[in-house]
Formats: sequence, C-alpha cells, structure tokens
Amino acid sequence: MSDAVAVVLWIGVIFYAVLGGADFGAGFWDLVAGGEARGRRPRALIDSALAPVWEANHVWLIFIMVVLWTGFPSAFSSLTSTLFIPLTIAMFGIVLRGAGFAFLRVSTRLGERRTFGAIFAVSSLATPFFLGTVAGGIASGRVPLGNARGSVDAWVNPTSMLGGVLAVATCAYLAAVFLVAEAQHREAVDLVQYFRARAIGAGAAAGLVALVGIAVLKDDAGHLFDGLTSDGLPLVIISAVCGVGALVALVRSAATPARVLAAGAVAAVVGGWGAAQYPNLLGTHLKIGVAASPDSTLTAILVVAAVAVALCLPALILLYMLAQRGRLDVAEH
Amino acid sequence: MASVLAALASEPSQLLPARTQMAFTLGFHIVLVPMGVAFTFIILVAHWRGLRRGDADALRLAQRWSKVAAVLFAVGAVSGTVLTFEMGLLWPRLMNRFGDAYGIPFAIEGLFFFLEAIFLAVYIYGWKRLPAWPHFLTGIPVVLSGIGGTLSVVAANSWMNSPGGFRMHNGHVVDVDPLRVIFNDAFWHEGLHMLLAAYLVAGFIVAGVYAFAMLRGRRDRHHRLGFLIPFTVAAVVMPFQIFVGDVAARKVFEQQPIKFAAQELVFDTARHAPEVIGGVLIDGEVRYGIKIPGLASWLADFSTNTKITGLSSVPPRDRPPANIVHLSFDLMVGIASALLALALWFAIVWWRRRDLPRTPWFLRAATVAGVAAVVAMESGWVVTEVGRQPWVVQGLLRTEDAVTRADGVWLSLVVVVVLYTAVATAAVLVLRSMSRRWRAADADEPPVPYGPGDDLAPAPRGARS
Repeated sequence: MSDAVAVVLWIGVIFYAVLGGADFGAGFWDLVAGGEARGRRPRALIDSALAPVWEANHVWLIFIMVVLWTGFPSAFSSLTSTLFIPLTIAMFGIVLRGAGFAFLRVSTRLGERRTFGAIFAVSSLATPFFLGTVAGGIASGRVPLGNARGSVDAWVNPTSMLGGVLAVATCAYLAAVFLVAEAQHREAVDLVQYFRARAIGAGAAAGLVALVGIAVLKDDAGHLFDGLTSDGLPLVIISAVCGVGALVALVRSAATPARVLAAGAVAAVVGGWGAAQYPNLLGTHLKIGVAASPDSTLTAILVVAAVAVALCLPALILLYMLAQRGRLDVAEH
Repeated sequence: MASVLAALASEPSQLLPARTQMAFTLGFHIVLVPMGVAFTFIILVAHWRGLRRGDADALRLAQRWSKVAAVLFAVGAVSGTVLTFEMGLLWPRLMNRFGDAYGIPFAIEGLFFFLEAIFLAVYIYGWKRLPAWPHFLTGIPVVLSGIGGTLSVVAANSWMNSPGGFRMHNGHVVDVDPLRVIFNDAFWHEGLHMLLAAYLVAGFIVAGVYAFAMLRGRRDRHHRLGFLIPFTVAAVVMPFQIFVGDVAARKVFEQQPIKFAAQELVFDTARHAPEVIGGVLIDGEVRYGIKIPGLASWLADFSTNTKITGLSSVPPRDRPPANIVHLSFDLMVGIASALLALALWFAIVWWRRRDLPRTPWFLRAATVAGVAAVVAMESGWVVTEVGRQPWVVQGLLRTEDAVTRADGVWLSLVVVVVLYTAVATAAVLVLRSMSRRWRAADADEPPVPYGPGDDLAPAPRGARS
C-alpha cells in the first residue's frame, strides 16, 4: 500500500515537472524576450497561453506536499526543516510570480506593466532553480531524519546545483516547445519560428547539462548514479530517445509530436529518478515502507486520489481543450 | 514576571518569529478566502439575474466582479500555497507526529482547490467565449468546491481543537479513522461558522464599496444593484451566523473549557459566573468592564447555576493569554450584533417600501460594515487560535514542541511582511485603476457582456436569452 501512495506521489511530481515546468519556463522566455518593442509579440503569446491554466498547473505542488505530509510525515518534516532556506525562497518566488502575473494581466500603464512583468519573469527563473536544489538534496541523500538535522550542505552541493540548472534549462525547453504549438494554434508564423529556434537551443542546452550531470552524479551522488544506471536505466534511455525525437520533430516543424515527446522526455527522467531511488525515500536511511502512515490513512489518500482522477481530470481536460481551441483566449484590459 | 522570563528562556528561539509569521500569513490569507469562496456565489446571483431577466446592469456587474475575483483568487492561491509550505517550514514536528491523521482533511481540500481553480478559470475566461447558460453553469462547481474546500480546511483546524479519530501508542498515531478525523467533534460548528463568515465578509465588503460610491453621488441603477445583491446575501446570512456562533460558544465550553474561561474571563472555577463585557484580567482579578451577573454561566448551559471551569484550574504554563482572547471575543460579538442590527434595519425598511433607508447614515454604516466584518472574522480567528495556546493540538502537542529548529525564521518573517505589504498595496492599486477604467468606459458607452462586444472573439450562439 505504501508503494501505491509513493507512486501517486511521484505521478504528482511528474505532472508538476511537466506542467508546472512549462509554466515556469514561459516566464524564462518572457525575461529574455528583449526590449519593449521587440518582446511585445512573444510576451503577448506567453500571456495568453498562460492566463487560463497557470493556477491549475501549480495545484500539483500543493498535491505533492499534501500527499507527502499525510503519507510520509517523517520524510516531509525532515526535508522541510533541513531545506528551510531553498524552500522558503521558492515560496517567496511563488508569491511574487503569481501576484506579478495576476496584476500584469489587468494593468495597463506602462510603468506598472514593466514592474509586474519583471517580477513575474525573475521569479519564474528563481523558483525552479531553488526547487531544483531541493530535488538535488533529496536525490543525493543529504536530508537526515529529524527536525533541521541537516546542514547548508544539503542544498549547496554539486548535485543540488546540477538540479537547479537542469530545472531551469528543462523548464525553458518545455515552455519553448509548448509555445511553438500555441503559436501554431494562433497561426502566428513568426512566433512559430521564434520559439522553434529557442526550443532547439534550449533542448540542446538541457541535453548538454544532463550529459555533464552524469559526471557530477557519478562523483557526488554515487547511490543515485548506480540506481540510474540499473533500475532507472530503461527510463533514462526512453528520456534520451524522446529528447532527441523532440528535437527532430522540431526541426521538421511537427509541433504536436514535439510537444508530446518533450513532455515524455521530462516525465521519463523524473520517473527514472524515482525508480533509481526506490525503495528509499531519503538517502539510504528512510525507506518508503518505514516512513509510511498507518494503512487507513494511506487508503484515504488513495481514495482521494481516485476521486481526484474522476473529477479533476475531465475538468482539467475541458480547461485545456477550451484553452487550446482559443475559446478562452484573452485579449482584455 | 520571573516565571515569564524563565519560560521565554526555555522556549526555542524560532517560536516567536514562527508564530508571528503564521499569524500574519493566515490573517492575510483569510481576508482573501471570502473573495474566492463566497464572492463567486454573489457573482452568480448577479449573473443569474442578468440572464433570467435580461438585466444588462446585473450582467455587467457579474462580468466585472468576475475580473476582480480573478485577481483576488490569484493572490489567494499564492498566499494559500504559502500556508501549505509553512506547515512544513514552521511546524515540522506537528506534521511529523500528526500528519497521518491531520493531513487527511488537507488532501481533500487539495482536491476541492483543484476543482475550484479549474472551473474558475473556465468561468472567468468564458465570458464572451462560451454560450450564455453553459457559461453560467461552469460557475456552479466553483461555488460548490469553495464550500467543500472551506469545510475541509476547517476540518483540519477543528481537529486541532478537538483531536479525534486515532489513538496514541508510544508517541505514535495509530488506528486512524479518516472519517472521524474529518468529522471531529468541533467540525460542524466551526466549519459552518467560518463558511457563513466568508459569505458575510464577501457580502459586506462588496456592498461597502458600492455604498461608498453611492455616498459620493453615484446613485444610478448599476451602483444600486451592486449594493443590493451582496448586501442582501450578507443580511440573510447574518441571523444564521449569530445562531451558529452561539452554538459554537457552548461547544467550546464543553470541549475546551480553558479556552472558554479565557473567552469569558473566568479565573477561578465558579457557578453564577458573570459575563464580563470589556475588562481585563490582572493578577487573577477582573478589572474594569461591565459585569452582568450569572450570564456567562447561563450562556454556557442555560442555567446560572452552571459551573464554569476557571483558568486557575490549570498551571500558568497551560493557560492562554486570556485578555487577548477575551477582548477579541467581545470585539467579534459586538461587531456581529451591530451588523445584525444593520441587517434588520435594511430588512424592515425594504419590507415596508421596497427601498433603502433614505438617511445617508445607512450608507455610512454599510460602508463601515465591510471593514467591520473583516475585523470580526479576524477576531474570531484570534479567539480560536490564541485561545487554544499553549497547545497546537489541544492537550497533545505544545506549540513550542512543534516549531522548526532551522535557522533564519526571523529573516523569513521580515521578508514575508515586506512582501505581503507590497502585494497588498499593488492589489489595491490595480483594483482601483480597474474601477477607474470601468467608470471612464461607462461614460462613453456601456459594454455588453454577451453579444457583439469590444473583443476579438465572435459572438457565441444563444447569447441573449
């Protein structure tokens, strides 16, 4: 039963990595879109693609936290207390990003729009970076059990830095690929070209970081490295194949396959991390079965998850469909 | 004094900033809750009226309100995410020891929040893009999941007041019964009390904005309707809230006698305990304030002979700061009584001549009512949260034992205060400029929510009914 809840948790992590990631990445492209005139069209596309879905995309994070603290309370409290600093910064980033975006959408004055836009863009960069360092700390087994028993080393270490950079690169890559499709829906040929070039660039960059990452992990997180090259290997290979396939699809201007393959690449690598770590939750010192709550609690989580699939999934599909069809497109101020 | 110093020295240094940060962020978030939970209902009332009666003013109000709701919901969503983080960042030992029971209502809340976020997005962006009635219907899941979400969160909070649905064995939670965790002894009265409070706050705040505009001479139908719809919702809810609040007070007497003692300022256990209005407790003596003999006893159980357990029945370290709890309670009850009187005034005048009271004092009072309702709700939360101290889980876990041992909580608190002040200021500025733009637009020509509009999207089928 505890394994089932761990799988539910990890599905949440994968969805957040893909959907939340694309969402953060859109902020990255906003940041580097250049000056007022040059950046206007890409920013308008980002704005209209993000507006209806960004809140839903971030509920996955709440889902992850809630499942973690209910299903595996000791793991949750150990990592939130040891990783207090990066998580607090990520929390501030989420506040700034959400508020900045919401205000940006309804303000008209140039000065206001610049301020809110800058806040949105910078926090879109910082938040995934710090969440990436958290992931690195967990993946390299640096979170001890207990109330703030770990040191700063838990998130300032080679694997965490790799996690942070990889998170930013992946978000940018996902977002660019998704925005190619969004531009195609809106028949904005110039923006298709614009984001295709960036998607290829970001994809290559993310791939490069991942390759460097192999060396970093071998040196810094041997246990994870062993897992990724054994139990996690099939998923790592799938991820690599999807990643290359997405680049090929992009070069050939096939936006929808590119989108699926890019999402697949990210989902597979996160899945591979999960497989590599199994059955450990924290390092080698806390196993899933040991950390798990009583069975009745786990049952409750699984029931809630099943109801969520039954209710939220159709609703979410409806939202994405309406947004995709341009029915929810927004051009209002 | 010496004992206070000793207590301060023994408690972890993170406790004060952690409590302050939690109180501050929760106090901030709770103002936004009604705007997500209950404002959407008020919007749907206007929307329904607009569609059903072909009332263009009502439809325009609904459309504009939904844009305001979008901004406030976004701020509420991020400030709610902060609270989720803080459960772990500030109170890891609470989650560690009780997450397996206490976490369950949050899991359900997550589900409702997800639904609310999805349908609110569909509803808000559905104006001019979906056919009229299906669009209206997408608003209904928003209202329902708002109710579900509120009850779930309060299920978690009421569990802290009245923990149930599990057993402790060697310091571990065992035998968890999820349904009894959720439907704990404090669930119904606390959950309903907060839900109704959300409707009151949303109703009085929105009505207050239009009352203020009417005082300034903008008395057209648009403003009248903008006042009447939310004010009526709040006025209808008000008597029910007084009733639920009264039940809640008696439940607190049963379930948390020390909190009740603090609320009523009863130091030594006594029968015929007087109700103290105002007043403070100094060295075990009630000073100042008005005493109504026997009333506290009578309110607790309908008999002046009811014995009320006093604060002195537990050691000082187990007592909440009684004066804060008592004065907050008095403030909440006082404001609620005034709001009830306002609602009755409105009801009587409306019943007699289908119009608002003519005196400007009514609109003045209605303007203040919005802020007053927020103050009452915040006071209520002070009563329930401060009144439970020193416990975070009543009788089982002390707040000081739940707090994080991480460094940097003071810094985090400072950043939170600065950040939230900036967000609140920006929100007010943005909403004000939205309202100015609308006023300027109305001076030209009122836009039509459905049908050929000022937008790119084509007019949907079946637009006007």
